[in-house]
Amino acid sequence: MTAVLPAPAATGAGEQARLVLEVSAVADAAPGIRTLTLRRPGGGLLPGHPPGSHLVLDCGGRRNAYSLTGDGMPAAEYRISVLLCPDGAGGSAAVHRWRAGDRVTATGPRSAFAPVSTARHAVLVAGGIGITPLLSHARAAVRWGRSFELLYGHRPGAGAHLAELHALCGDRLGVHEDTAELLARIGSVLADRPLGTHVHVCGPAPLIAFVEDTAGALGWPADRVHAERFSAADLDPGEPFVARLARSGLRVPVPAGTSLLAALEAAGVAVPSMCRQGVCGECRLPVTAGRPLHRDLYLAEPERAAGDAVMACVSRCADDELELDL
Amino acid sequence: MTAVLLPERTTRFPFPFAADSYRYSTNVEPARRVAATEAGTWGAGVLDVDGEYATELALRREVLAADPTRCQQLPHMRVAAWDALTTLLPELAATLPGVTALRVRGDRWSWRNDLTATSTSFTVGDDDSLPGGPLALLGSQIQEDVVLLDQREGSLWADAGLVTFAADWSMGFDVGMRFLEVHGPVPRVHEAGVVQRAEQFLMRLQPGQEYRRTNWTMTVDRRLDTSTETYPVWARDRRLVVDDPALPDRLHLRVEVQHLIRLGVSNAVCFLIRTYLLSLRELAAVPAWRRRLGVVLAELPEDVAEYKGLSRFRGAAVDWLRAAD
Repeated sequence: MTAVLPAPAATGAGEQARLVLEVSAVADAAPGIRTLTLRRPGGGLLPGHPPGSHLVLDCGGRRNAYSLTGDGMPAAEYRISVLLCPDGAGGSAAVHRWRAGDRVTATGPRSAFAPVSTARHAVLVAGGIGITPLLSHARAAVRWGRSFELLYGHRPGAGAHLAELHALCGDRLGVHEDTAELLARIGSVLADRPLGTHVHVCGPAPLIAFVEDTAGALGWPADRVHAERFSAADLDPGEPFVARLARSGLRVPVPAGTSLLAALEAAGVAVPSMCRQGVCGECRLPVTAGRPLHRDLYLAEPERAAGDAVMACVSRCADDELELDL
Repeated sequence: MTAVLLPERTTRFPFPFAADSYRYSTNVEPARRVAATEAGTWGAGVLDVDGEYATELALRREVLAADPTRCQQLPHMRVAAWDALTTLLPELAATLPGVTALRVRGDRWSWRNDLTATSTSFTVGDDDSLPGGPLALLGSQIQEDVVLLDQREGSLWADAGLVTFAADWSMGFDVGMRFLEVHGPVPRVHEAGVVQRAEQFLMRLQPGQEYRRTNWTMTVDRRLDTSTETYPVWARDRRLVVDDPALPDRLHLRVEVQHLIRLGVSNAVCFLIRTYLLSLRELAAVPAWRRRLGVVLAELPEDVAEYKGLSRFRGAAVDWLRAAD
């Protein structure tokens, strides 16, 4: 059986169906790193995804993005590896409390760190838990016969997925427990790989900065350097505000995480809509007071500046109240 | 009141006009929502198999045999081509239960289709296991034309496709172009930012997301292959039809239902184009369609009419459509 809930109230680009998943296995990949296997409660294939995609999990009252580590082919299971962040907001701690049999909800998979199909060669650079999206890249590269190498730096004894990485990559893998050694290796690799090579890096901010700076200094075009930072790429849920409908006098609260469009619809106010992603222009509403916080792709710059219209599906309000000519 | 029994071609026709005037817009909407028209419905699925299935697939075979350049695939689109096949065969199996059978054991796939007398097995990702390639098999099974768009460098690139029923364009000419370049000749849309918005929209599609839109033009006779390559064969009919008493039977409203699907594995955008033709006389059996097409055609700006190739006959078409008023 496939359990799919209706799409959530959209605040960001892309309304994907919510996935209900069951934790089917829990294992420790390294000290502080928990690998979870997730599946549909009744079995069945999960959607395929480009390498480097993430799943947005509802955990501990938050929504956190975690990289999927598989090769991206539709499969019965997703796997994520989550580093416990004791000083974090509690999302990773919640994930670490999950046990086999627990049900969790997720959105995705979402892609923001995909390989480049025309790359002649890929240099994959991972620091610490940043290995997870690059494990996915490496698996897909092996599956599809693409040229790659993987440089993985981690603290002594803290390497995750080492056995499978060695089996997967063979001599295409370089593991470094010493930071200076890792950086030197990155420098020498970036200095002599063929034109047409792309580099993908995920890890702590200083590592990403080092790769970007080194590549830049060596003359790499910026669009051949791809970085994934430890944060989600989605539109944020935004601040709550109130939509005041000037003609009807209705006041509709719009909570954080709910779109203006969804809030109006829930209040029984019919608004024409189509893409619900800020693109088609269908849900444009006239604004009579309050400053719109534009997050759409539809309105041109002068229209944004005029502040007299808002795309209800993605945009919000910079003030406490947005007055609409409705 | 007598109920008129309309043919399937009419009841399933995706009549595209929601208003009395037409302009280009980024008219995308989520797929798989049944759309009601004055005569019936369309749009329940991503693939559509209808009474023309055998005829259109036979025609595609002929076109491809005469001109293999209608199928294009740049080398880096190998994963995308497999992805399109493995995404859409299950879809077709669900669309045609009973006459098709799909068996999947890991990467080993077996496909049978009694309607096309197809029976084949292949290993996903192994090009040698499927002579002709994934796109060729896909094109032999579905009525839709297929274009695969690669996403890189902040753009979409039309880097593969199997297109035999193009409405006055050429896959062989367009392959390798950026999305913006492909749409270069379309009037008005660049000033209005329509193409840029469409590209932004497509680039933000997440794995598995499916949208659709319609587009339209007009074609003389039930000719699906109006690609640039065969221009000398069909172009002059646009002039000759004007004085032909058979104009209402020869002139067709040509509607494309275009699906836009983010393929999960490859990150390519799969663009499906399904073409429907309905003659003016068939269309006029639905009075609301007859009236609306007449008004839309009469109001259409000249540059749009010229780009769509309607200039020579639109006056005659409008006259005929309005004669009933």
